[in-house]
Amino acid sequence: MIEWFIEELLAKYNYWVSIILILIGFYAMIAKDNLIKKVIGLSIFQTAIFLFYISLADIGPIPKGTAPIVSEEMIHMGYVYVNPLPHVLILTAIVVAVATTAVALALVIRLYEEYGTIEESEIIELERQRGL
Amino acid sequence: MLIVEQFPVLVVAISLLSAFTILVAGLVNKKSCCFISIATILVQLVMAFYILNHVLTEGTIHYWLGGWKPPWGIEYVVDALNAYVLVIVLFIALICAIYSKRSIEHELPHKLVSFYTVYQLLITGMCGVTVTGDMFNMYVFLEIMCIAGYALIASSKIGLKAGFTYLVMGSIGACFVLLGIGFLYSVTGSLNMHDLSLLLPPLYGNRVVQAAFVFFFTGLGIKMAFFPLHTWQPDAYAYAPSAVSVIIAAAMSKVSIYAFLRVLFSVYTAEFIRIYAPLTTVISWLAAIAIIFGSVYALAQYNLKRMFAYSSVAHVGYIMLAVGICTSTTLGLTPAVMHLLNHAVMKGCLFLIAGAFIYKRAELWDIMKFPGLGRKMPYTGIAFIFTALAMCDIPPSAGFVTILYLILAFLEAGQFIFAAVILFSVIVTFFYFFHVVEMMYLRVGVEEEIEKERGEIPMSMLIPVFLLAALCWITGVIWLMKIPFPILDAVNSMFGLGVVP
Repeated sequence: MIEWFIEELLAKYNYWVSIILILIGFYAMIAKDNLIKKVIGLSIFQTAIFLFYISLADIGPIPKGTAPIVSEEMIHMGYVYVNPLPHVLILTAIVVAVATTAVALALVIRLYEEYGTIEESEIIELERQRGL
Repeated sequence: MLIVEQFPVLVVAISLLSAFTILVAGLVNKKSCCFISIATILVQLVMAFYILNHVLTEGTIHYWLGGWKPPWGIEYVVDALNAYVLVIVLFIALICAIYSKRSIEHELPHKLVSFYTVYQLLITGMCGVTVTGDMFNMYVFLEIMCIAGYALIASSKIGLKAGFTYLVMGSIGACFVLLGIGFLYSVTGSLNMHDLSLLLPPLYGNRVVQAAFVFFFTGLGIKMAFFPLHTWQPDAYAYAPSAVSVIIAAAMSKVSIYAFLRVLFSVYTAEFIRIYAPLTTVISWLAAIAIIFGSVYALAQYNLKRMFAYSSVAHVGYIMLAVGICTSTTLGLTPAVMHLLNHAVMKGCLFLIAGAFIYKRAELWDIMKFPGLGRKMPYTGIAFIFTALAMCDIPPSAGFVTILYLILAFLEAGQFIFAAVILFSVIVTFFYFFHVVEMMYLRVGVEEEIEKERGEIPMSMLIPVFLLAALCWITGVIWLMKIPFPILDAVNSMFGLGVVP
């Protein structure tokens, strides 16, 4: 039991955290009525995926990898480096996430100006009254 | 001397540059935006034709960005399928840009500059997804395309809610795609599509690889509005400005389907589908339900654009049904690839016509207000009848060719139940189009009102409508004469399809 706990949970705790965050974000996006909370859920979802990618980068054994700035001296001292590629990918993905969040927030503002509320159920009710 | 090998990257770059050019030019002269956009797309379309010609005569184009060799650098790969989709996308974009000049001036008079900027970004995204050979690059372009799409749908007042719903669902889809890419990267350490297709076969039994496929299927299924994930689609198509409906219905959904085909056949191969045969059964049955569901719901709509949107759900079903049976017939992907073009032309034309009615009078989205319309707008009415006949699969229209090849494929595979589903859909399609035509021509409106409101849409909107309405039939004849079949043969042989083991 304890061995399982150490192998499956502690050694991979960063993956567990990112899975839990993904589920929290996903739940907020589909279940919350408030549009801002949906956007927050979206951000949590995206950030959790970034954490997953960053966890992938650290491929070193128990002495964890260091920043990938390679020099002769460091190699002699036996340093292990992390894989820089996932970091670069996530830098791009963060930009995409910022753009999505910006558009989402802009839409929420326009929806508020139009309907005077940011509760999804109330907006649907108002739309029904307008006969759309 | 222009070098065709560099066109794939130029197609994307020109479009991106023109987006910013439009933004700057808009400060000086608002009217110039539309012309810059049309000119750019025209150049891109010419390039796309050169690429298609080059691919068919000389073979696949590989372009290494910055000279970095794959799998380390990003690679743009254009083969027969890419080049074909690129031509479809840019052609529809050109038609839509010409049409949008008057339509957008009418619907969004204060947002001309921002409309064309975002429109050009949307085209950048679509071209990017089409030409790229790198998984992560595909994700980024998919997001450029979709974010531009959310903004365009929400640019009209009634489209706000639909735009937000699409944003939430589309982002979930994009996150799933990103997660799938992460899974593949964690087991192979590569992002290049060709490299992945070589590294993956020994790992097909691996749970991570299988889970990644499920993520891709779900994520791209949301983007292309495949049956249980289509819920954002009818509202988004119905409430977007009319020019936007055209481009998202005719081109954007095709790009998402293309991305799925690319993942299914270029990253995972036909071998993967043959090993996990239940996969094709799942795709086929979901597609069959999509066809029935879409057709029946279209019958129940009184909003014209919503009706076309549900019909799009059914037609995505047609394409996916063709994908589902591709491994068990000698036709392979032929009907699916064929319908990418046919559906783009037919649905593009239908949304152009729906936009023309709304341009005439704002409440003409409602079929109940159509009596007498056939006499008020005679030319648009005739174009609508011709397109509706093509949608009802009267030979030799584009719709008929798809149905013909689909049914040939089903008969060969022995799947008679799917042939029955298709025939059911054809009959229902006939009924809902007949309902609209009946409202337009057979119900008589008020005589004075007809005389008062007689008048056509402007020439710059009428010509695109007629061009696409004519193409609905011309493409059908071209397919029957088997002129573009080299493309289909190239696609099938590339993916190792068309031979039954």
